[in-house]
Amino acid sequence: MSATDVIGPQALPALQAQVEQIIDEARRQGASACEVAVSLEQGLSTSVRQREVETVEFNRDQGFGITLYLGQRKGSASTSATGDAAIRETVAAALAIARHASEDESAGLADAALMARELPSLDLYHPWAITPEQAIEQALACEAAAFDTDARIRNADGTTLSTHQGCRVYGNSHGFIGGYASTRHSLSCVMIAEADGQMQRDYWYDVNRQGERLADATGIGQRAALRAVSRLGARPVPTCEVPVLFAAELATGLFSSFLGAISGGNLYRKSSFLEGTLGQQLFPEWLSLDERPHIPRALGSASFDGDGLATYAKSFVERGELLSYVLGTYSGRKLGLPSTANTGGVHNLFVSHGEEDQAALIRRMGRGLLVTELMGQGLNMVTGDYSRGAGGYWVENGEIQFPVQEVTIAGNMRDMFRQIVAVGSDLELRSTIRTGSVLIERMTVAGS
Amino acid sequence: MSEMLLSVSEHLLAPGGLAIEQLSGVLGELAGPGIDAADLYFQSQVSESWVLEDGIVKEGSFNLDQGVGVRAQSGEKTGFAYSNAITAEALSQAARAARSIARAGQEGRVQAFSTPQVTALYAPGNPLDVIDRAQKVELLKQVDQATRALDPRIKQVTVSLAGVWDRILVAATDGSLGADIRPLVRFNVSVIVEQNGRRERGGHGGGGRTDYRYFMNEDRAMGYAREALRQALVNLEAIAAPAGTFPVVMGAGWSGVLLHEAVGHGLEGDFNRKGSSNYSGKVGQQVASKLCTIVDDGTLAERRGSLSMDDEGTQTQCTTLIENGILKGYMQDKLNARLMGVAPTGNGRRESYAHLPMPRMTNTYMLAGESDPEEIIRSVKKGIYCANLGGGQVDITSGKFVFSTSEAYLIEDGKITAPVKGATLIGNGPEAMSKVSMVGNDLALDSGVGTCGKDGQSVPVGVGQPTLKIDAITVGGTGS
Repeated sequence: MSATDVIGPQALPALQAQVEQIIDEARRQGASACEVAVSLEQGLSTSVRQREVETVEFNRDQGFGITLYLGQRKGSASTSATGDAAIRETVAAALAIARHASEDESAGLADAALMARELPSLDLYHPWAITPEQAIEQALACEAAAFDTDARIRNADGTTLSTHQGCRVYGNSHGFIGGYASTRHSLSCVMIAEADGQMQRDYWYDVNRQGERLADATGIGQRAALRAVSRLGARPVPTCEVPVLFAAELATGLFSSFLGAISGGNLYRKSSFLEGTLGQQLFPEWLSLDERPHIPRALGSASFDGDGLATYAKSFVERGELLSYVLGTYSGRKLGLPSTANTGGVHNLFVSHGEEDQAALIRRMGRGLLVTELMGQGLNMVTGDYSRGAGGYWVENGEIQFPVQEVTIAGNMRDMFRQIVAVGSDLELRSTIRTGSVLIERMTVAGS
Repeated sequence: MSEMLLSVSEHLLAPGGLAIEQLSGVLGELAGPGIDAADLYFQSQVSESWVLEDGIVKEGSFNLDQGVGVRAQSGEKTGFAYSNAITAEALSQAARAARSIARAGQEGRVQAFSTPQVTALYAPGNPLDVIDRAQKVELLKQVDQATRALDPRIKQVTVSLAGVWDRILVAATDGSLGADIRPLVRFNVSVIVEQNGRRERGGHGGGGRTDYRYFMNEDRAMGYAREALRQALVNLEAIAAPAGTFPVVMGAGWSGVLLHEAVGHGLEGDFNRKGSSNYSGKVGQQVASKLCTIVDDGTLAERRGSLSMDDEGTQTQCTTLIENGILKGYMQDKLNARLMGVAPTGNGRRESYAHLPMPRMTNTYMLAGESDPEEIIRSVKKGIYCANLGGGQVDITSGKFVFSTSEAYLIEDGKITAPVKGATLIGNGPEAMSKVSMVGNDLALDSGVGTCGKDGQSVPVGVGQPTLKIDAITVGGTGS
């Protein structure tokens, strides 16, 4: 078994046949409608630490899940087992649940007329012909570069190269069937710096659908090392109210919380602080949030959503105003709105940004906290109250002064969104949310 | 051969044409030159969940997952592969992949199997089958209706019931051969309340390694509902939490999340072998105030974090981690115990056959002290009382940890006064533990809801502690 034994587009016809077999079995057992997803994945993950191999892991996962309906009653079941008996038993398990579930007027497949008809190819499949030996070599080179960067890098917490390929097919009893093969490769490096009795860890990584396009291993190692070393001597600052600059890699989290708050599931459960805000100005006027689901090779691209609806480009926020919630078929019905083809999430979100890079935003901030690390959950989705552990750098006169740790930052997300002063041009490309660093006018920093 | 071993092997091995006697041969193939240790982990898991929302039972799901994980170790190197199929062919293919990490070295060999006598901490029956589907649905509906009747301010109620039944078999080159059957159930109630346009959520639940009848006994399910409502109503009145450094009193029970983060993770053997924990090399040293004695105990009957044997076939135990403030030892799996030259402590755990074992906590708690909880509150001039927590997180290298409050109050002049909004608290493990100045006589364990994440693997755990006071810790509110 090696990672080069390919799971790819050639596996799709067999998976499609399996989906059809499961749908037939559900009909045979009496389901009035059903939807089925089948997946097959394989991967190799190699980790090194302190210049030695630590683990070599081979993954191979398969499974299917079915959701079926008896009129307006619904049941689901899934399994990693294969074969005709597993199909029969899994369908029977879902059916037994549906028989006992309550009638739900919003339950059921999306309307047949809405099913995606054309599925554009998104070029998501790029297998990487890398052997375990080559993977180990790259990981070792990455870690060696980290050790060579600074003498204060005394320890390592693992450098991992992973390569994964998989296939997924979704079909339902309206006759929709769609599938795709995709790949995902990553290289991550975690280093530990030590000086004056203090240890600090930090990391860097890259991820890409194309292995050859991953950032250079040496560069990733050096960046991890520099980040860890720059944390040495970190200390709390006194409690204060100051501007806060979220580094791009963390700013993605602000928008992901926003998407959560405008998602149908939280809205119909009355669990969102943004309930009833459609049409309201939630961000500054220059800010827009756009979904672009069909970008070739992008990490979040998809041609159809979890209900079989065609995904499409749209704006959730334009000129700072909320134009649309994030809805699937079910949550849309609960709210009396059409689905936005977002069952399963938002596919590539773009945040509008200005011309300034992170250094320019630090200058613009003048005095405040640059946040490069966040800890804990700390968001109350019902009220928008936000409070999290943070680490980063103290900024005075537009320049970084010293590393900061053991502080918290707090505010209310509605205020934070309104108080976004600027989004940087330093775009985070490793996330399905594409944003630069985000400068927020004012938050409470609690410290010593 | 024990009855459990027989029944588990009949279920896991026989359908694929395998028998226990053949495992020795597979391990022999694995234990070639250069391999120090190897093991096979067979697992079959059935699980289900039922969710009631908007007054109707909307969803139920059922999952069956099974497979075998094959691991080979050479020095500090580990090779690992797994398969969904439990057959001789799949096993030998996974074995070849796992042993590809071996380099030249000593000839490996397989010890004769021996099965230790293990005390079962929970019943082996399938917890999903003790009541039928109609009864499960009825239970959810009853709790929903009774909860809605409690208070007109309730706008939304979500009730869920979940159960897992795991059957595992471990065979290793060191001769370990063991089987375990593990039930795990959970019940949760969440409510949204509204008053004068302000909304808040409250949630509570519980469970353990038992079956669904547990929730029907002693009015437990409704107890969770009343507690969820109480917390939500308290939060309706909450004012902004202060920002800055204050004395903090942590309530008994679930607040033990503090220990899990501030102490527990930093004492897992892997981090200490690698020297990446800020507790590394500190055995015998003072790492907490003298009032602190902290244990990890996997042997408590029917507790969520308990295991009769761990996922490497080692019997669990009660391990003293810190005694009167002195660091006594770490939690170990076999690999880290071997490399550090100590005995395994029964903490080798894995999420499933598709994951590698690591040192993990079971039930981690602090033993009771002598102070009256009331007296602890009275001793604080201005501070915070944390009655309930959300989750937490730790960076074991720098020692920084956080946890967020879900029910907290101001303490003013020795009295609990206004409730405050949820806030994140941040501290440094050994520093915060050295500032524990009072420990209550009211040790309590949590109700059975904890899940711990490490390296992407989730396992059920327990926490507990008596009421305790930390003289200074940073509170992340927005008020003054």
